[in-house]
Amino acid sequence: MTALLAVDRVDVDFRVADADVSAVSDVSVEIAEGEIFGLVGESGCGKTTLALALMGLLPASADVRGSIRFQGRDLVPLSDDEMRRLRGDRISMVLQDPMTSLDPCFSIGEQVAETIRAHRPADRREARDRAIRLLRDVGIPDAERRYADPPHRLSGGMRQRVVIATALANEPALMIADEPTTALDVTIQAQVLDLLRDLRRTHHTTILLITHDLGVVAQLCDRVGVMYAGQLVEVAPVETIFRAPRHPYTQALLEALPTAGQARGALRVIEGRVPDLTDPPPGCRFAPRCPHRMPECDRVPPMALEDADHAVACWLSDATRAAAAGEGSVAETPLGGVGA
Amino acid sequence: MNAVVAAATPGASSPGGPLLQVEGLVKRFPVRSGLWRRAAQLHAVEGVDLEVAPGEVLAVVGESGSGKTTLARCILRLLDPTAGRIVFDGVDVAGVRGRDLERFRQRVQPVFQDPFSSLDPRWTVERSVREALDAHAVGTDEERAARVVHLLDRVGLSPSLAGRRPHELSGGQRQRVGIAAALAPAPDLIVADEPVSALDVSVQAQVLNLLSELQRDLGLAIVFVAHDLSVVEHISHRVAVMYLGRIVETGPTGAVFRDPRHPYTQALLEAIPLPDPSRPSRPPDLVGEIPSPISPPSGCRFHPRCPVAIARCTDDDPEMTDFGGGHVAACHVARARLDRPA
Repeated sequence: MTALLAVDRVDVDFRVADADVSAVSDVSVEIAEGEIFGLVGESGCGKTTLALALMGLLPASADVRGSIRFQGRDLVPLSDDEMRRLRGDRISMVLQDPMTSLDPCFSIGEQVAETIRAHRPADRREARDRAIRLLRDVGIPDAERRYADPPHRLSGGMRQRVVIATALANEPALMIADEPTTALDVTIQAQVLDLLRDLRRTHHTTILLITHDLGVVAQLCDRVGVMYAGQLVEVAPVETIFRAPRHPYTQALLEALPTAGQARGALRVIEGRVPDLTDPPPGCRFAPRCPHRMPECDRVPPMALEDADHAVACWLSDATRAAAAGEGSVAETPLGGVGA
Repeated sequence: MNAVVAAATPGASSPGGPLLQVEGLVKRFPVRSGLWRRAAQLHAVEGVDLEVAPGEVLAVVGESGSGKTTLARCILRLLDPTAGRIVFDGVDVAGVRGRDLERFRQRVQPVFQDPFSSLDPRWTVERSVREALDAHAVGTDEERAARVVHLLDRVGLSPSLAGRRPHELSGGQRQRVGIAAALAPAPDLIVADEPVSALDVSVQAQVLNLLSELQRDLGLAIVFVAHDLSVVEHISHRVAVMYLGRIVETGPTGAVFRDPRHPYTQALLEAIPLPDPSRPSRPPDLVGEIPSPISPPSGCRFHPRCPVAIARCTDDDPEMTDFGGGHVAACHVARARLDRPA
């Protein structure tokens, strides 16, 4: 498996008023071609900031360090123009609210066709035919007739399908989907998840899914990375994350999920609050809330491989300790993916 | 017994009777629709019956356009129902005004989804909770001050937060303030509309625990409106499933989740993305999307999307069938299966 995307020691700081917010801290992760990788975490954990960094869409107040290699090429030093050529072409994005991605003044078909023509030398006729095929692919019924419909004529689920068609327009190598089903009803969400699964099979698109919804992750992803307060704390195949989570934060998060099995009022809660990212804890950022806190936790635990495909950054892990002592595979994140 | 319970008005109705009884509730909104902007009616709630026992958590679930929020607002009397009865503690409050409405509002309190929009941004935590007591003229000045301290403690907010304003609080803390304000007049019933859907998982767990605790310790009844079925399964005793303004199935939470009878409930449960990779969700076998509540389908409102619809469903609106143990569903096909077991 080759890495389509290799994020290496990325930091993102925002200059706000007279403080620096450390939104992403020393994150390294690789995403393999053809896999659906889920990046999960709660509000403010840095998952969306990292996605925006990959897309080159961070505001000028953000300072990005480290390297983000996409198909072997580092994106961090690219100019706005170079990034614009990549976006919508090799890398595309699907956001939570389809109405923010669609232009209300243009028909849904034209928006897909325009995305093609912005990056390809296609004439109107070709772009139109391809747009209709894409709308059909994403399950818009009667695509030829709906081509001229403005977005407001469509339901929320149908609009999100149009956004996905736009994202697929130029057969991107990577699709970044940020909470793509969060605004949808559960029956519609299930259809869109099924569509994404299908597209991965038919179009071989690699998908980076950003979400807070552990149910969506369990249903869709091959591998998962868990973020907390700007740090990546654990990476593993989806079955492993849910069956045998190693990081105390991942464990706490899964236990906080309501199920029928737990007595009412007895859900696991995580004491304390997310740290202030203008002055984060010096080591593991989860340490102040962690039930296993030790003196070592004031140093940043290196991410290390517990198993062939399971990495964790926690001083409880032998692998982390070995890595810190210089024996292990420091910052080597597993590269799994489909069939790995 | 703590002060909150002591201050509650004892139920005037016969013991064992429902605290809240909604009968044939209808709420329509005038709208303009179609090419000629003709006056039309949006049928948000169309003939809903439900009961809530004292101390019971009833969840109302459904997707957008199901009418669950309109139903909640009618129960709170934030909206005037078009028709039907809302019997609270033996008295029909559907049309009450003035002093009677005030008295009713003291006993039935709302908790909203986004506490940021329901709290006055200029008020401190203390003032927000205090206002609820002042509005209902509960006790003397000193009693109210003491009550505020007690309420903040009850919802797990440290007294040091009393002087903070909403923007200085986290989402979970704001929701606790919203709950403290709702508890202030010692209500018997809380109507909570998506109270945890804006919160992160770990914070959501705290608020769910708090609501369960209050229900248990204070004997509060809660109408819990939500779209998240795992939250509902965890917190509620009974569940009512709404589709296009109607309740299609009601029953004890365990029975409905284990053995859903209505095809819509079945579809909804199949569609939940479970946080368990070994139990894949399925896109439900539903045709199309939810029709417009301006011209709802004839017969069973679910029939155009139903995978098991029969001829009769297109024009014959199904009655509720009793499946035993308080589990009822409105479906011709489920009824036929009951009459002729395979």
